[in-house]
Order: sequence, then C-alpha cells, then structure tokens
Amino acid sequence: MAEAHPVGFQWVMEAKARGAKVIHVDPRFTRTSALADTFVPLRVGTDIAFLGGIINYVLTNELDFREYVVAYTNAATIVSDDYADTDDLDGLFSGFDPETRTYDPSSWQYATQEDDGGDRQDHETQRETASGMQHETHGMSVDDDVLRDETLQHPNCVYQVLKRHFARYTPEVVASTCGVSEEQFLEVCRAWTQNSTRDRTTALVYSVGWTQHSVGVQYIRTGAILQLLLGNMGRPGGGIMALRGHASIQGSTDIPTLFNLLPGYLPMPNAEDHQSLEQWIDATRNPGAKGFWSKADAYSVSMLKAWWGEHATADNDYCFDYLPRITGDHGTYRTVLDMIDGKVKGYFLLGQNPAVGSAHGKAQRLGMANLDWLVVRDLFEIESASFWKDSPEVETGEIVPEECRTEVFLMPAASHVEKEGTFTQTHRMLQWREKAVEPSGDCRSELWFFFHLGRMIRERLAGSTDERDRPLLDLTWDYPLLGETQDPDAEAVLKEINGFDVATGRPLATFTEMAADGSTAGGCWIYTGVMKDGVNQAARRKPGNEQDWVAAEWGWTWPANRRTLYNRASADPEGRPWSERKAYVWWDEEQQRWTGHDVPDFEVTKPPSYRPDEGVDGIAGIAGDDPFIMQGDGKGGLFVPQGLIDGPLPTHYEPVESPFRNPIYGQQANPTRKEYPRQDNRMNPSPPEDGSEVFPYVFTTSRLTEHHTAGGMSRYVARLAELQPEMFVEISPELAAERGLENGGWCHVVTARAAVEARVLVTERMTPLRVEGRTVHQVWLPYHWGTGGLVTGDSANDLLGISLDPNVLIQESKVGTCDVLPGRRPTGRAALDLVTAYQKRSGVHGDRTVPIVTTGPGAAGDDEGDPTGGGGGAE
Amino acid sequence: MSWTISENSFWGPLDPAADAGYDEDRPKRKGFFTDTSICIGCKACEVACKEWNDVPADHFDMTATSYDNSHSLNANQWRHVAFIEQPKRLVTEGEGQDSGLRGTVDLGMPTVPPTGAAEQLANGADDRPDFRWLMSSDVCKHCTHAACLDVCPTGSLFRTEFGTVVVQDDICNGCGYCVPACPYGVIERRKAPDGAKNVGIAQKCTLCYDRLDAGQTPACAQACPTQSIQYGDVEELRERANKRVEQLHEAGIMDARLYGNDPNDGVGGTGAFFLLLDEPEVYGFPPDPVVTTKDLPAMYKHAVAAAGALLAGAAVAFLGRRP
Amino acid sequence: MAKTNLGWPVLRQLLGSDVLGRGVAARSKQTDATTARTETADRVAKSVCPYCAVGCAQKIFVKDEQVIQIEGDPDSPVNRGRLCPKGAASKNLVTSELRQTKVRYRRPYGTEWEDLDLDVAMEMIADRVVKARNDTWQDLDDQDRKVRRTMGIASLGGATLDNEENYLIKKLFTAMGAIQIENQARI
Repeated sequence: MAEAHPVGFQWVMEAKARGAKVIHVDPRFTRTSALADTFVPLRVGTDIAFLGGIINYVLTNELDFREYVVAYTNAATIVSDDYADTDDLDGLFSGFDPETRTYDPSSWQYATQEDDGGDRQDHETQRETASGMQHETHGMSVDDDVLRDETLQHPNCVYQVLKRHFARYTPEVVASTCGVSEEQFLEVCRAWTQNSTRDRTTALVYSVGWTQHSVGVQYIRTGAILQLLLGNMGRPGGGIMALRGHASIQGSTDIPTLFNLLPGYLPMPNAEDHQSLEQWIDATRNPGAKGFWSKADAYSVSMLKAWWGEHATADNDYCFDYLPRITGDHGTYRTVLDMIDGKVKGYFLLGQNPAVGSAHGKAQRLGMANLDWLVVRDLFEIESASFWKDSPEVETGEIVPEECRTEVFLMPAASHVEKEGTFTQTHRMLQWREKAVEPSGDCRSELWFFFHLGRMIRERLAGSTDERDRPLLDLTWDYPLLGETQDPDAEAVLKEINGFDVATGRPLATFTEMAADGSTAGGCWIYTGVMKDGVNQAARRKPGNEQDWVAAEWGWTWPANRRTLYNRASADPEGRPWSERKAYVWWDEEQQRWTGHDVPDFEVTKPPSYRPDEGVDGIAGIAGDDPFIMQGDGKGGLFVPQGLIDGPLPTHYEPVESPFRNPIYGQQANPTRKEYPRQDNRMNPSPPEDGSEVFPYVFTTSRLTEHHTAGGMSRYVARLAELQPEMFVEISPELAAERGLENGGWCHVVTARAAVEARVLVTERMTPLRVEGRTVHQVWLPYHWGTGGLVTGDSANDLLGISLDPNVLIQESKVGTCDVLPGRRPTGRAALDLVTAYQKRSGVHGDRTVPIVTTGPGAAGDDEGDPTGGGGGAE
Repeated sequence: MSWTISENSFWGPLDPAADAGYDEDRPKRKGFFTDTSICIGCKACEVACKEWNDVPADHFDMTATSYDNSHSLNANQWRHVAFIEQPKRLVTEGEGQDSGLRGTVDLGMPTVPPTGAAEQLANGADDRPDFRWLMSSDVCKHCTHAACLDVCPTGSLFRTEFGTVVVQDDICNGCGYCVPACPYGVIERRKAPDGAKNVGIAQKCTLCYDRLDAGQTPACAQACPTQSIQYGDVEELRERANKRVEQLHEAGIMDARLYGNDPNDGVGGTGAFFLLLDEPEVYGFPPDPVVTTKDLPAMYKHAVAAAGALLAGAAVAFLGRRP
Repeated sequence: MAKTNLGWPVLRQLLGSDVLGRGVAARSKQTDATTARTETADRVAKSVCPYCAVGCAQKIFVKDEQVIQIEGDPDSPVNRGRLCPKGAASKNLVTSELRQTKVRYRRPYGTEWEDLDLDVAMEMIADRVVKARNDTWQDLDDQDRKVRRTMGIASLGGATLDNEENYLIKKLFTAMGAIQIENQARI
C-alpha cells in the first residue's frame, strides 16, 4: 500500500499512531513492510492456505463473532446432502466433469433447493463469459424456504461444512506450504481475532496481488469468509478494501468498457439464454429471490431508454434486440490470440499500453502486428504505437516493418487537466474535475473523439435501410458542443447517466424512482443521484475539516452517496450499535427510522423487527435484520452455492507454474482455470509433471512507487523516470551466491515465453523460504519498462504466459516459475534460441501441453479421458 | 538597531534572523522536523521540490544502492531520500531451521517490539530486531550558524526573515567558496544539464522562500503523504520532536534520537532537524558537525587592522556594479 | 519587516542593523520582490490526480493559459493536500516535452511515422470502422442464434478515462455491434 497507494497509506500511519497494529503479508519486503509492525513473508501463490489457516484457527477455537455470524451470514443454512468437499475428493468438489473441467453445481445448493443451481447457465458457459463477475453483484437465487439450524450443530450447516473444509489448514500445514513460521502465523491469528470484537474491527486491504491469480476470485472469497466470521463487514474500520490502481478503474467497471457487462453490472445479453427482454432481465432479478435486484427491470429498461430514446417502446421491447449478443469468451486475451490468428480487423487502444502492461507481451505485439488498422490514443508515443519499428520482435526478426501490414493512427489525447469529467475512485467515489486549460495541437479528449467518430459513422450510414444500422441511427447522440474544439458537454452526459424523467426531463434523485414502463431513462442506475436536483453532486468540495469524519459532502459515492456498504451490519439485529465505540448506523426507535453517520444501506423506515410473510420476495422479502440486501437471502455468503466456477469454498491450489506438488490435495492447480493451450503460449511444467526443475525459481511482479503501471505516464516524465531509471530484479543474497550474480550487475530471467534482462539488486528484502522441507528462492521484478520513454528496459510481463481465473478471466500474472542466469541476455535470434532450448529441456515443445486434472478419474497418467488443456472450448 | 556583534553571532544559541538585522516584527523562525520513523521513502518530497523550484532532472542511472537513485544532496537535488537496508544478524548454527535460511523471519520493524524487547534494546544494538529498511529525507539544515553564508563574498547567500539561508541567484557569481564551507556537503554549483537555468550558480534548498513569503508551506512538506516532513516554527517543532522521541522510547524504540535540534551543538542547532533511528553516520550525516567559521571572531580581532583596507575593497567592488 | 531603503549593500551593512551583512543588508531587489508564482495565477481549477485510484484532489494553477503548478488540495478529506511522487509530478506529466500533440500516421508496411491532419485522420478512421463492421458483420452465429454483431473491431482501455467517456465508448460500440470492448479491469 505504501508502494502503490502512498497517500492512502497516510491513514494507515495515522491509525498506527493511534495504536493500531499493522500486519503486512507479502512475498517481498516493500516500503509497506518497512513501516508495518509485523512483516510476514510468504511463498507467492499460497494466500488461500494462509488465510484458510486463520479461518481454521477461528473455527477451531470458536473465536467467531457468533451473534453476527448466526444473524447475518448463511452459517446456519443447511447445504444439500449431495455435497462432497475437496476434503473428500482430493481437491475436487462434487459434480466435476473431467472432460470439460467444469462442475455441475447442483450438489452445492442448499438443501431442498438442489435443482435451482441447474436453472442457471452451466459452468462451461459461465467460464466462457466471465459471468462470475455478474454473480458477484447479483447475488444468489435463493428461495425463502431454506433450512436453517441456528445452533450451528447440524452436520451439513454451512458452519460445520466450513469447519470440516478448513480443518486441514493447520498451523503446521500453513507453515510448510507458505514458508512462514508457525509462531508468526499464530501471531497474525491472534492479532486478527483479538482485534475483531464488538468494540474493535479489523480492515483487510488487497490489490492485484490477489486478483491476478488462476484462483484470484477465491483469494478474495477467503478474505470475505474471514471478515464475515469475525464480524468485520459493514462496520466502521472493517471491511475488505480493494485498492484499485488506475484513476477510474472502478468507474470503468461500473460503466464497463468490458465485454460481459452493461452499465450498473447488468449483463451483456448472451445468444443462448437471453433471447428476449424478459429472459435477460430475469437473469438479473432472479424471480423469487429477495433484495434490490428484484427491480432489475426498471434499471434495464431505463438504460435502453437512455440509449434509444423515443425509439425504445414497450412494443419493441425497448430496443432490446439492438444489443449485440455475446457467445463466449470475448475477453482481451482471447481477442489478442484472435488477432494473431487474423480474425480481428481493427483495434482501439485508449490510454492503455498492452505491449508492456498485459501478460505475454510478445503475443500482444504479434497480435497488433496482424491488424488492418490500429488507433492508439495516448499522451505519448507508447510501445503499443511504435511496436512495428522498435519492439523486441523487430530485433528478433519476428516483426519486419516492411512486411507488417498494420496501419497505425497515433491520436494525441487530452490530459486530465485539459478536459472535464468524473473519475470513480477506489472508494466508489465520483469526483468531478474542472477543465484547467485547453488541450494543445491535435490533443483531444475521448469524449470528443468518440462523439465525433459516432457522428461521422452515423453520417455515413444516414439513409441506410439495413436493419443492422438501426441501433446506430436510432441512438440518442446529441450533446451540447462547447468551445472551439466542439467538445461534448460532459455534464450533459453525466445527466444522462444519472437518469431523468422522460416526460419532464427532471433528473432522478435515486434509482428507486426508476420505472420499467419507459417513463424514466438512465444510463447507469447505480449512479442515479449524482445529478440529484440537477446539481453536480460529484463536484461538491466542502472542506474535510468542516465536516464530520465520514465527510459525506465531498464528492459523491455510489450508491446513494453511501460511504460504507451493507452498513446495516454495523448495528446488532435489534438495530442497536454493537458498541458505542463502533456506532455507525442504527435504528432510532423514537423516529422509527434508520439513522447514523452515513446514509443507511437499508430501507430507512423498515424496523429491525420486520419479518416478511411467507412467500414474499423482492425488497419486501428482506427481513429487518438482513443486512446484505443485494443477496438473494439477505445473508453474507460464507458458502457460495452459485456463481463461482471453481467451487463454493476456497481451496489451496498451487499456481499454474509451481516448483512444488500441492501439499494439501492431489489436485495440483485450479482444475477449472481458463487455458489457451497453443504453441505460442507455453506454460512451464509443474509437478507432478517432469521438467519443473528447469525453472527452479518463483518470480512475482509488481509496481514501484516511482512508476505507474506500464510506464506510459511515468517513463515519459523526467521527474519520475530519474527516480527509478532502470529495469531491475530483486534477488536474495543466497540466490545471488547460488547463481553468481553481483549487485549492480546484469542477469536475465528465463521462462518458456521469453528471456528478460535486468540489473541485479541484491537485497535481504528477498527471503528464501523453507517450503515442504526444501528452500525456495523467489525473485521480484517491477514491470514498468519497455522500449520507449526516457528510460528503457525489458518488460517483465514478457515472461508471462496466459492462464486465467475461470470466474473473471483475469490472468495469473503474479506468479510464475523461471530460471535466472548471470549477465545480459542474448540478442536477436539467439534470444529466441535460448527460450526454445529451455522449452525443450523442460519438455514443453511440440504438441505437449501441461496436464490440468491431476487427481481422480481422468487424471494425468490415466489412460481414460483427455486430461490436457484442451477442455473449455478454448480453441 | 545594534552596532555590536552578538556574543553568539558565530557560536552557540542564537536567533539568526534577529542577528541578521530583522526587527521584532519578523516572523518566528521556520524550519523542518523530519521524522524518519514514519518516512515511507516515496520521494514525493524530491519531486515536489523539483516541480516547484524548477530543479532539473539530469541523471538517469541506477545506483544499485537500495532504492536511492538520486545519490545525494547536490545542485540538482535539494531533497534526497536515503534508503538504508540494515542486515539481519547472522544465523548461528542450529537456529532457524524451521522458518527460513536466516533464522527468524520476524523482521522486527521500528515499531512496537514484543514484550521485554525494550529492555533488550536498551542494552545494546546487538539485540536489535533483525532487518530494517530505514528511509530518511535529507535537506539543507538551515544552520543557526551557517558557514556557507559567512564565507560568501558577494552576499548572495543571506539569512531570511524566517531564519533560513537562501542563495540569491541574481547575486551569486559562482565562486564556490560556500561549497567546502558547508559541514554537511549540501551546497553545490550547478554544472548540468546544458541549458538549465542557473548553471554555474550555487544551489540548495531555499525552504521555499517564495512560498513562505506567501504564507504557504514548502512544497516538500506540503506533499509528504505521512507528514514525515513537518514544517513550522522551529521552537514548536523542537517541542514536538522531543515528545515524539519520548513516545517512541515509551514504545520501546530506544534507538530513536534527534539530530540537529540542539542549539548548543556545533552549528547552533539547525532549522531543519531530524528524528533518526540509528547513528547519524548510518544516514550519511556527520556525527558532530561544526560550523567552519567558528573561529572567525578570534581571527577578526587580529584582523581589525586590516578592516579599513577591507572596507575600501568592498566599496570598489560595489562601485563596479550597477545600482 | 526590516527592508531598508539604504542603497549599496555595504552602506546598509555599515549603517543598518545587520552589521555582519548576513540578512537585511544582503537582500537584493529580486529577493525583496519574491513571491510564490501561485499567488499571481489567473485561476485555479479543482481537479483530481490521474494516476492511482486513491483520488487525491489537486489544485491546478493556471497563468496565461499555461499550467504553472499542480499541488494537493488541503480541503480534500481524502488526501488532505498531500501527494505521492506521481501526483507531485503531474505538472511534469501534462507539460512534458514528450507529449504527443500532432497526429502521427504509419501506413501499412511503412518504416516511418508520417504527418496527418486531425480531420483527415478522423475521416479515415470512420471509414475503416464502417468497412470493418460491414466486412465482419454477423446476424447469426454458427449455431443460427441471433447475435447482431461484429467480431472485427476490438478496444482496450478506459481505466484512466472519465465515466462520461467510458459511457460514450460503451454506448457507441454496443450500438455498432462491437463487443470485444475491454479495459484494465480485466487485467
């Protein structure tokens, strides 16, 4: 956090000054570790084992916040008798099909509801469409007749299932798997549990060190289970905080430039399941379930009205058929491989530099070299614009400028001070930026570019009678244009996002005003309220020192300017604060309403005593003590019967590339992960396969304070470039001795994809760990460099192959195996030869793919079945 | 108005702005208290300083000295963050077989150690928790007795009403006398890059004199995310620093000590002083700096006879200048 | 404040309060005229740092239509006026000499960048989008399911952009039938 979010870290330092204990768990000793009370180095890719061990500690010693757990989580809910755990099945859950490497989740459902999970998409489709991301917000489809045992004694209640599942994660197992000492592990257990009470809360902060794994979603799940068990969710000073790394990456998820989502986490319709408006809406509102998704019809129709205005009517299903359909994985990695295969004509890069920033840099660059045209919009001439003349592939001869057909337009972009608009930041807060100066020369905003591109496309299609052109021609595409450059008025766009009454144009004050009858329009329902009363709430700048500590009048936070989600949980079931010290939102008996420091995340007049009648669903189905109002049962999900492709509970799997056999189960790595087995995407072998010894070391990558992501906003900036001027790799003194590396000298790191050179920084901040009785060396690389800018160097992301989390299709880029050699890497063809030699030595060449299923029928070595990576319909 | 040279004008406690002729309306002496125990080494201070003062970037080489790539304070580096990696103690045989190769992995940080550690720490550095990554943002000390100022023959270096020491780049002729005079090696003439402003002129931290004049905080302190760099009245900062040391000592961090806060030290105390977690040498500070003009008064007595000649010389020098 | 009207520094030294010529007597006219450049800015825009997602508020000082300083906004309850090195380098980012301010064009099989007018570039891009869309249009997929889309146009980026921009990007691409629209949130 001190490395990548230094200004956010001021609050950690302030908490520390007031007596908080700061624990930092990280493979490498960073600037955060330097200021932490306790630093726990662990083996990369073993976080689930570590957190699972803490969960086991909590459950074994019954240290959970019992009243919270019983009332607010699904701990008491009874799971189907058919459910079988990884504990029984050597690392697989019940319902596994080794052919497709996916699960039939019907046995994971709650008792009496076994058929419900099957109503949903099958998991193969879900993996293809990253629909786990939709489930993440849509919650579960659960009927209200679930069986519960609030004594938590029923052998199949979630609490007991959890207890059995995590029983293996003993301190000894944690120590030997993660490479931490038992003593230190228990210190963390004690600190976390002792600080999680009525009076105290513990916060958990993570970043892409958790998400960028083949089991990334389950990393977060493990944290969520622990925080729910300890009563830390929805309470001040608690929670799970994702520190996001780009100014508006939260915004670009809310208003998603993502293939599987529409604004407000509505799903992009898929061709199979969403053939009608109703089917599409039902996929979100889960008929029969409780909670606020039951109003998905209003959110969905309002979005269609915002886009197609008067053309969207009840008769034509509000132009639902204008939406294109997805049919599978259309994620960025799939698309890049399609570029290599010649299937994509044109590509826009909008402030993003995949030649350096995405996994498997070579695949990125070869893909871009095989397009009809490429439009790069950026502040600088980044590597993704100049790949055709200066990429590593030009040096190796894999890209020859005279033979590279891609037409490139480098369009200069306006900077953050040269345009107005909102970012949505890590705390879901929208903050408006004023325009300070006009952009110079040809620099233009994305708003300008896309508005005018749309205008020109519509002009070209004007008069077309082709049905396919209707969505473009009927699109609402008229915004006031300002100034000499004719920039669209960003606030007018924000008004459309906010939503309005169609008849009067009045901005909506809250999404509960949205209707499903076409009388309201609104581009992104969760942002409704940002233009409440026609006032730009995101531009509010009431000084912090003139407000209370919640500072609700600075910017605007979705939803409804609520600063802490699920804050109903900050009060006990009767609506009283758990303690005075941790009072946040509570029920005011006198006024008969919820009140407190924040906007209550609950129907404001629904008393804690409210109980829905039998059979009541939707918002009315949420009881007065159900704080998790977006979940189908109103409860926090310790066990997740739906929505996760790799299992209802987190399980330790080894990273796809690991020098170790999974010490806990026969199943080596995530069996359901998304793979693209191709000759240009080799994965290093791992046990039980031979050849892993060729890549004996573990590497991980991350950021430096002084740089920003792929370097497009730091290597071209002198003040930052000089602070970290060269690519380097951090090596422990022990590994330096083993490999003959000198501090300040050169080395190169080799994987089955690439050889990357770097200066050597020998440092005791890198710790060799004892894992499963032997020593493992880990090396760390920053990934900021490329061929452009004031300071150049090899790109760490070139080392990575493409292997994805099955739920959200995010790549495993935080861990891989490698070799480290002294001196600079060979250049030109010799660099390719070196990598090829490593592929051959490790056995990953020809048609050989690394096996994925390593236990049970169909496992590697079993004659039956196809255990290789061909499953999942990737090809 | 005072025609006499103060007893402490060259040595000992002194209010330097008063000594430099500023009247009683002058602001209180301003300075920095840099609490290195909460420095996160982000280098925001270095960047904010360069952005405000238009200090050029001129070196793009990795030093392989931890994360320190700005080398030292110099003409193009008015703030400099030092990174010190302190090794773990050696593992004795039989230790540490469980948890790692270097024995315990409990890398006790400069924070609250386990019970009893305070006593251990008090007994000597050998038992200090093993590995530390110390970070510290260095800057011109704005000495009470500033030798750079006293040796400056042109009057370019001067004492401001805030008690700080600033180079007037419209006066400096680049003679360089100030460079060896500084006991900390702070001040330097700018040699590069070509085309940068003030090449040849002596350069160092001004404590953002222009910002102070407008009632603002110096750029580095304004940016510092953790308030490791604190700006304010020196008197108040010294009190705050003493309290912070007490607080750390109570928490068992017996290594905490102040550097530069003592008006009785060799430079009369500094306007920019530090809380350190180890000996000054560890951070690259001289352990016992002494103002190089300490003996000027004594020399002065012997030089009275030459005063007239000196005066004449000065008059000639200034007659040659434009008014 | 003891700013003296005496002329020569030497006279100021001999006749004023600053016998040793260290302070009052040594001040130049430039020093006396010193003021922070932010004091004379034409305007200050309220902004937000463009790097990570902490959301530090910035003040952008403008004089003569140039950005002359960017610093943290002390009013913000998020950052309380503080910035990290990247935020502190924001002025350098937006005023960097390496900023691309003219459209650059690389023709197929070209070995050098060429100049291109912005208007011409926009027309060319619009032509290419329309053509790629037509050439790759699918009404039905290979299983005869209605898809109404193009798989020939992809996009990556958005995490550094504004909500309003992402909104127009998603709206236009979706209406166009382009679905491979992605950003850093997938990475």
